[in-house]
Amino acid sequence: MISFEHYLLLSTIIFGIGLYGILARKNAVAVLMSLELMLNAVNINFIAINKFVITGGVTGQLFAIFVIVVAAAEVAVGLALIISIFRQKKSVNLNDFNLLKW
Amino acid sequence: MSIIDLVFLVTAGVTIFASLGVVISKNIVHSALYLVLSFLGVATIYFQLSAAFLGLVQIMIYAGAISVLIIFAIMLVIGEDVNQSNPSTKKGTLIGVIAAGLFTFLVSISVVSSNWTNLVNNVLENPVGDLAQMLMGDYVIAFEVAAILLLVAIVGAIMIAKGAEQEND
Amino acid sequence: MFVWSIQHAWLIALLPFVAFALIGLFSHKWPKISAYLSIAAIFVSFLMATIIAGGTFLAGEAINYEVAVKWINMPGLQVDMGILIDGLTAVMLVVVTLVALLVQIYSLGYMDKDPGFASYYAYQSIFAGSMLGLVLANNFGQIFVFWELVGLASYLLIGFWFGRNSAREAAKKAFITNRVGDFGFLLGILFLQIIFGTLNFTGLAGEISSYANTGLLIVISLLLLAGPIGKSAQFPLHVWLPDAMEGPTPVSALIHAATMVAAGVYLIARALFIFSATPEAMIVIALVGGFTALFAATIAIVQNDIKRILAYSTLSQLGYMVMAMGIGAMTAGIFHLMTHAFFKALLFLGAGAVIYALQDEQDIWKMGNLNKSMPITTWTFVIGALALSGIPPLSGFWSKDEILLGAFAGGYTGLYILGTLVAFITAFYMFRLIFVAFFGKNQGGVKAVEPPKTMTLPLIILAFMAIVAGFVGSPLANYRFADLVTYAGAVHYDPSLLVMVVSSLVAIAGICLAWLIYQKQAISAEEIKGKFSGLYKLLYNKYYIDELYHWLIKVFVDGTAKVLFWIDIYIVNGFINGLASLAGSMGRLLSYTGNGQVQTYALYMFAGIIIILAAILFGGLAILL
Repeated sequence: MISFEHYLLLSTIIFGIGLYGILARKNAVAVLMSLELMLNAVNINFIAINKFVITGGVTGQLFAIFVIVVAAAEVAVGLALIISIFRQKKSVNLNDFNLLKW
Repeated sequence: MSIIDLVFLVTAGVTIFASLGVVISKNIVHSALYLVLSFLGVATIYFQLSAAFLGLVQIMIYAGAISVLIIFAIMLVIGEDVNQSNPSTKKGTLIGVIAAGLFTFLVSISVVSSNWTNLVNNVLENPVGDLAQMLMGDYVIAFEVAAILLLVAIVGAIMIAKGAEQEND
Repeated sequence: MFVWSIQHAWLIALLPFVAFALIGLFSHKWPKISAYLSIAAIFVSFLMATIIAGGTFLAGEAINYEVAVKWINMPGLQVDMGILIDGLTAVMLVVVTLVALLVQIYSLGYMDKDPGFASYYAYQSIFAGSMLGLVLANNFGQIFVFWELVGLASYLLIGFWFGRNSAREAAKKAFITNRVGDFGFLLGILFLQIIFGTLNFTGLAGEISSYANTGLLIVISLLLLAGPIGKSAQFPLHVWLPDAMEGPTPVSALIHAATMVAAGVYLIARALFIFSATPEAMIVIALVGGFTALFAATIAIVQNDIKRILAYSTLSQLGYMVMAMGIGAMTAGIFHLMTHAFFKALLFLGAGAVIYALQDEQDIWKMGNLNKSMPITTWTFVIGALALSGIPPLSGFWSKDEILLGAFAGGYTGLYILGTLVAFITAFYMFRLIFVAFFGKNQGGVKAVEPPKTMTLPLIILAFMAIVAGFVGSPLANYRFADLVTYAGAVHYDPSLLVMVVSSLVAIAGICLAWLIYQKQAISAEEIKGKFSGLYKLLYNKYYIDELYHWLIKVFVDGTAKVLFWIDIYIVNGFINGLASLAGSMGRLLSYTGNGQVQTYALYMFAGIIIILAAILFGGLAILL
């Protein structure tokens, strides 16, 4: 019988995969994609909780919608940043990005 | 094992597989395509959790818009060798495996070891209508702020992406 | 007039300082005005000093005028600034102001056209002011201040032609050598302050008797003695004085013959109440003085530079004075100081006139036949030399006789014989100089002419003083001088005809020997030189004292420096560098954490989350879940 825990475990695994992608991949776009995976994992949690914890109401789904909104904005700005940096550095390798130094 | 369980296992497996494909592929374009698959798998999970509207939104926004956006970006920044476009270092891989493994392990333990009581089955009669009422009711300010955020993000993205050329004029 | 002068005696020292300030601040652009300003200041000082000395002399009894203001006033330390005028001060005032005045007038001619004319007079003024301040001081602290100012002025004047390397070196040498002595002097002063709580002469004189013959007082005396040994160029700190002849000749006359080097002798006289409390210190003083007298006189025999001969002669005569102090004949020492100031200034200024006329020629063997072309210079110089040699009735005879009499009658037979021997050598080398430089054949080829009046006038005045100055202290004047100078009761010895005759005879013998060798050439100088070539070399190289000092400096100072350098490089620097590299490596280590890579930051963040999770799960914080 599939229960609440299975959904949580699925979300955990996808989040972990996203974490691995963030830490291991060197392409900035790939990192951004890994970030989307993590956001999706969070969304699964929201919706699973909405299904199994609260009685009546769609607060979990509502938050998922906000997450999707923020994710969309983040992707748009993030990609714009990557393109902008790519123009100057001619690279999307994160090892070449050390603008945060100093 | 019921059919619903089977569906869950299959979709969960596909989603995990697709997610792994996103982070393991050496070709960034493959990563992007795996990402679409992963989004679809997550959408299926939403359906199973009786969030049909969210599933549709997921398909439209993620699998549709965001994926396209990402693929466009990839096209703009892609290097000479597309097969090596998503490199990783040995050190990075090691760190990633250890950190992600530890994190997943610890969270899984906490999920499994927790004693889940008072679980319910929240059956909704009109989820879309409820959502609409909440968005226009209690959460209207958040809704409007989200709208402004999107607007700002769009304008900001345009400005950032073309800012350098603007200065050159 | 006399009372007014005494009450305003501080003006005597202040006026030259004012002249110095005015020249330095306003008139240095106009050399002549600067010179007249300086001369006017010293002239007024001279007039006041003469009034004071004359009044004191005529008063017939010892005067003692002291006035002081608080200078440093705090619990446990009280230092006054004041003036003390007694016979000793009065005599010194006259000597210093008169010689300074004449030298400054003389310099009008000698230093003419020198680009540093104005600053020369500024230095002369500061020197005269410092020296007068030293003489007027009523306590050791004040004396030390002016003592150092005198050293400074001397440094400036020796190095006046600082374009020459040798002048710079000589100035440094004088300054540093004096520092060695001054260090001891300062320690002695500090001892006095600590033990007696006062530096005032009269205050100290009252308390010193309770410490008589203690080891502590011997230490203090020897430390105090270090000052005069440096300043009066006694052995072993005499090395700076001959080199100081690099300065302009009037400076040599003023500072290194007549006044500054006399400061040491003056100090011994002033502090004699301390020295005389310990017989050991007195013996040291007498031996240092006697040894220097002989030591310098022997060197003077073989020197060829006219100023160097006079310089060593100065050393020798200063030794005489110090010896006189040591054997308790303090008035004789001061008497000799006064007469010596006149005839040695005369000799130096005469030498300066010769050098001026011969366009900077200083080697006596390249002079000669000057008695025809420069009669005034020649005859005044001869008078000076006769006075120095101690030919009666010139001033040197009376003062030297007093010292020899003191040694003879005081029971210091060894020192008496030494003194007589030095008198012989002195007469010999002075007339060697005169016969070679003034009456010998002209080997140089430069036509000498008599220098201008501003230079000959001081010569004539000084020659007059060299003749008559001796009478004030002679038996003919009933020892008026001794009574005047002494404030602690003069020691009188009955004049001994034996001493007078012997000293006159040895002086005449010395002159005759010089005449035989260098004028008549009956005895070949070369032959003697050949026979005693080792001795000659030793004397010519001044007993290798300079070389010895160089060697000592090399061995000890450089050796110490090497050790300290090693410590500095490897231990001090090592420690500091170690600290620096520790900080540096810590920084480098931490900089890995801030490398600008977003993924690194993300790793830290998740590492933190993992640690918190682990802590919650396994660390007993499970209640948070």
